[in-house]
Amino acid sequence: MAEIPVRLGNFAGDDIDLTSAEAGPKGTTTLSARRLPLADARYQTRVLESLDLSHAPSDGRFEKAVETSGLAPLRPSKLEIFQINVGKLCNMTCRHCHVDSGPDRIEENMDKETINACLRALDKTEAHTVDITGGAPELNPHFAYLVEECVKRGKHIIDRCNLTVLLLPRFRELPQWLAQRKVELVCSLPHYRRRNTDAQRGKGTFERSIEALKRLNRVGYGSGDPDRRLTLMTNPVGAYLSGSQASMEREWKEHLSTKHGVRFDRLITINNMPISRFLEWLEESGNLQSYMELLVNSFNPATVPGLMCRNTLSVSWDGKVYDCDFNQMLELESVASDGKRPTVYDFDPAGFANRDIVTARHCFGCTAGAGSSCGGAIEGD
Amino acid sequence: MGDYYKTEHLADFGKISEGNEELAQKFFSYYNSVFEDGALSVREKALIALAVSHAVQCPYCIDAYTKESLRQGADLEQMTEAVHVSTAIRGGASLVHGLQMLEQVKKSSM
Repeated sequence: MAEIPVRLGNFAGDDIDLTSAEAGPKGTTTLSARRLPLADARYQTRVLESLDLSHAPSDGRFEKAVETSGLAPLRPSKLEIFQINVGKLCNMTCRHCHVDSGPDRIEENMDKETINACLRALDKTEAHTVDITGGAPELNPHFAYLVEECVKRGKHIIDRCNLTVLLLPRFRELPQWLAQRKVELVCSLPHYRRRNTDAQRGKGTFERSIEALKRLNRVGYGSGDPDRRLTLMTNPVGAYLSGSQASMEREWKEHLSTKHGVRFDRLITINNMPISRFLEWLEESGNLQSYMELLVNSFNPATVPGLMCRNTLSVSWDGKVYDCDFNQMLELESVASDGKRPTVYDFDPAGFANRDIVTARHCFGCTAGAGSSCGGAIEGD
Repeated sequence: MGDYYKTEHLADFGKISEGNEELAQKFFSYYNSVFEDGALSVREKALIALAVSHAVQCPYCIDAYTKESLRQGADLEQMTEAVHVSTAIRGGASLVHGLQMLEQVKKSSM
């Protein structure tokens, strides 16, 4: 296939308004559209820091928890994953979204100049994987260009896909296109049954996700082929931690296969971060204090060496560099060894490798229980 | 003595070791082994525990295994079915004794 039409706005065959239910389920609306204080990253940080956790281990301070475990200072290991968040535009508005993505986020999306700056920064590193996320990254008009450039460089590419976006007419041929380029798909699906899936992501999500998974299966995804890897990712649908990744993977595979004829390769379980729209839900449902206590009480030092912030770099739509996607959403930029905040425009790999990782209270989300990050639970749980 | 049931007793369960450390250790070690992933999945075990919690009407157990069932990937529909299984067995256990009543009625009536 020659080219996929991935321009925003008008193009042949698909002028579906992203704000419509037809374009994708909407579990809520964005904090940004509602002009809520929580839309502001600094306000979110203040909410977390103002909670009284003095009775919890390490006084609920992440730095102290790391130090008490003898793991301070938290420093990077070898850079392996170059994660690019190409923007906040999405056809969905899930209730737990840590990005506050939605169809109204049309401003905060990466332009081609910044994508090229990302590629130049990438070329200065030895990262083997480019992890493309959003929003729905496929909606960025330069998505195809970015993928092609990473293919040229021989990188392993991850597309963090919300599944329902694949049903837009403009993306009919996208599964095949991604398969040809050996792109790994990491797809969000909170549950293998309808109730909790739709509760978190909006009515109709489950059926559409199953249809999208079938389309991916048809082009070879989910059959154990390492060049067509289909990973599913689940967040708890509420104020509790993820369960046993291995056991759940077995049950999900059995259920999705027998009930829906759908296959996938692996399941990643990750905890919800107490930020953005999940933070809003925690506050509204009266679960914020107890959820933070749960995260702090479940601090597991064994998760620290494998935290994503140690081997990952995260770039925002405007080219700023962060230690992870969650820090990005809280606007906690990386601080290089010279004290400067790097961007992809002036990226210096040596200074970046020699930094201390920026942490705050939300980091307990990645160290609770079997651990989380973007890579899921630690092995052997 | 104030209230009979206190929420914090669930979190403090381990303090039962105060009177006999060895027996508590044996119990909790056995307990933890029972709930490991095995021929039954951790989700299936959590659902069984949830059903039994309702049968024995233990509020601590209901609290703990509602959370654990959710955590291990069960949803409200599955959990509600588990509670109905418990209810059916409890109801059935009463009703099946009706046969005893029936026999006696037949024996002692014209």
